[in-house]
Amino acid sequence: MAMGTLNVKIWRGTESGNFQDYKVPRQESQTVLDVVTYVQRRLDPSLAYRFACRVGVCGSCAMTVNGISRWTCRTHVSKVVGEGTLEIAPLRNLPVVRDLVTDMTEFFDKWAKARGHFTGNKTRKDDFARVEPASMPRRAVDAAIECIGCGVCYSSCEVVTWKPDYLGPAALSRAWTLVNDVRDVAQKERLAAVAGDAGCHACHTHMNCTERCPKHISPTAGIAGLKRAVLAATLKGEL
Amino acid sequence: MNTRTQVLLWGAQRISAMVLALCVIVHLVTVIYAVRNGLSAAEILGRTRGSVAWGCFYALFVAAVAVHAPIGMRNIFAEMGWRRRGVDVMMFVLALTLAMWGLRAVWAVVL
Repeated sequence: MAMGTLNVKIWRGTESGNFQDYKVPRQESQTVLDVVTYVQRRLDPSLAYRFACRVGVCGSCAMTVNGISRWTCRTHVSKVVGEGTLEIAPLRNLPVVRDLVTDMTEFFDKWAKARGHFTGNKTRKDDFARVEPASMPRRAVDAAIECIGCGVCYSSCEVVTWKPDYLGPAALSRAWTLVNDVRDVAQKERLAAVAGDAGCHACHTHMNCTERCPKHISPTAGIAGLKRAVLAATLKGEL
Repeated sequence: MNTRTQVLLWGAQRISAMVLALCVIVHLVTVIYAVRNGLSAAEILGRTRGSVAWGCFYALFVAAVAVHAPIGMRNIFAEMGWRRRGVDVMMFVLALTLAMWGLRAVWAVVL
């Protein structure tokens, strides 16, 4: 049931471009992704945007909504707009391919740079590794292992804006999950990969990532853990 | 600058920050206590002259400033896009200058 009209501004273009105005029928329980989809299907088929699951599982529909990075599929219009205008832009800190679509290459390259992949030394002939669920390292990453790589934290991080080579909260949080993985055998290499001016030590603990993460992960806490682990390894002469 | 040095600089800045937090509190409490009957050079010097304890305290304070400030300035410059070796050299000179000025002042009030 339509409930009036919503004024929407949507970014059109690449790095240069401008906001274009649209009028979209207001619906009950309408999400921001519903609005973008309405514009693309009914008003302007040339609008580029990215989505897949529509229910907060895939992490591909993240955009900047009224200045704040969010999952558009899990953001009700009523939560962000009130009686005002809805402004939808692409994620920050990433190159814009077109309209609301960003190039995530650098974001995921940084996961690789932070050695965000598991390195084991067991074979299929070995028994299953046993990780005690109540152990400290396992509990330390309870939240962080739920990351789905949506880029909201990366887009919200001011340090990434100032230092484009900074690995960023998502890649470092991923590294933190592996630092606490007792099965992983590449710990020294990983600590070396996340150390220094472009790594965990660049974090100012502003906690924008923690504030904005839709999964309520605290990358800041993980980064603080990495800082301590790297310093300890350095003082022991392991780095 | 290699990664190991970057990490050690970060550690040095953290430790110097802890020292500064303590020193600033002691310094402020002393200031409030010292001005209760008005402030005079004679009163300050009466407290500091020949005092090994005040000498050590202010020398530590100066050392913490000389370590902390240039590392922080280096980070600020890096975020402004200045990440050349020249900045590192400048910050080293800044550290030496702060240490020299500070220790000269400590020398003046203690000896």
